Amino acid sequence: MRMLTFSGRTWKEILRDPINLGFGLGFPVVLILLLSAIQANVPVPLFEIEMLAPGMTVFGLSFITLFSATLLAKDRGSALLQRLYTTPLTAADFIFGYTLPLLPMAIAQSAVCFLVAIPLGLPVTAGIIRAVLAGIPAAVLFIALGLLCGSVFNVKQVGGICGALLTNLTAWLSGIWFDLDLVGGAFKKIAEVLPFMHAVKLEQAMYAGTTSGVWEHFAWVAGYAVLFTVLAVFAFLRQMNRQ
Amino acid sequence: MNAIQTIGLTKKYKDVTAVDGLDLSIARGELFALLGVNGAGKTTTIKMLSCLTRPTSGDAVLGGKSVKTDAQSVKRLIGVSPQETAVAPNLTVRENLELMCGVHGLSKSESRERAARLSSEFGLDDVSARKAGKLSGGWQRRLSIAMALTGEPEILFLDEPTLGLDVIARSELWDMVRALKGKVTIVLTTHYMEEAEELSDRIGIMRDGHLLALGTAAELKALAGEEKFENAFVKIVKGGEK
Repeated sequence: MRMLTFSGRTWKEILRDPINLGFGLGFPVVLILLLSAIQANVPVPLFEIEMLAPGMTVFGLSFITLFSATLLAKDRGSALLQRLYTTPLTAADFIFGYTLPLLPMAIAQSAVCFLVAIPLGLPVTAGIIRAVLAGIPAAVLFIALGLLCGSVFNVKQVGGICGALLTNLTAWLSGIWFDLDLVGGAFKKIAEVLPFMHAVKLEQAMYAGTTSGVWEHFAWVAGYAVLFTVLAVFAFLRQMNRQ
Repeated sequence: MNAIQTIGLTKKYKDVTAVDGLDLSIARGELFALLGVNGAGKTTTIKMLSCLTRPTSGDAVLGGKSVKTDAQSVKRLIGVSPQETAVAPNLTVRENLELMCGVHGLSKSESRERAARLSSEFGLDDVSARKAGKLSGGWQRRLSIAMALTGEPEILFLDEPTLGLDVIARSELWDMVRALKGKVTIVLTTHYMEEAEELSDRIGIMRDGHLLALGTAAELKALAGEEKFENAFVKIVKGGEK
């Protein structure tokens, strides 16, 4: 009950911040439209809508990381969180209280990406529903990563680290923008042990309905989601105790 | 029985000792004021008592529960109105009250009921649908204290509750604090001499993390040999200078 009350407050904060909400939902859509326009003139297999739309849902999640990190870092800078630390809320209540309301936003973002892709030529199949649902572990991963950053960094630092660094890392190491085989070597090996590429491949496979490698990709994404959630709880607890 | 008992309560930040071996007893229902200049250790004391920061050594027992070993139980006994106005700016006044009721474990219907009662008691009904961030400082302080009472605490901490308020808003807040006297134990920190003298049953004067003097306003004036409380405070603090 305590956690749900806190998550209700976070939900209201999200809905009452139309700029961030619009940016989070709108930016991946703009990229889909832009890259589809490029694709229409200079066809590249990587940017075919069946590949691009699932990939963009994962890239869009990096903005959810920025959103969640900013939300927490802003709260940490305010006296409200200090007041809440004096109540019986636990670190887990806080982390799940932030995560729960962000999940529908992440799912909505994913659904919007697919909906926009339909008029651009994406065939409507059950794969869309499968891919949106398969995006949930990745959504948890990106939200937890944001909460981890928000527990460690202040609002200004979060802007740089999540806004610039993480969005670029997600873009480069996910294989959305260029084929990782073209770079190869250490770069590809690093991408393979990070969750971003696996999240994209999982989305693409779920949309296409292929089963090859799906469980492996899922394991990477779910494993990192659990890892980042545990780290976020510890980081939150640490900064809570340092108050 | 004492509501609060501190035993050698100490907080050190690297080389700085913010609170040094504080021994203090506060009775149930008492309004106790901690007075001191900036950096005296008032806020650090409140932070330790409200489980926001862990003592380096010593302990504090609130309602029979230790802040070191049973912080969760202590948190169920206390209400805190921090120095900064700790409200959720994007939530309405009513939503702020309901939020605090919910985090204290009340059901939705109980939260609505208690929020409505506190809103009425604190004269917040006219602004209950307004976002807290849009309220004036005086209204935000009023809301902040009402929020601290949502869990029906046995012990209420008010950290500089009237800081930055105009004379009227301060007088209104004093009335609210007076109305709470006897019902809950209140620990108040303040810079304002007249506030401590007007409201408190007993006053503790702190400097450099030490408790220099303790007593009623009349006892402290007698101790310093001064008629005005402000002069007594200055004399006691200056007498305690290292």
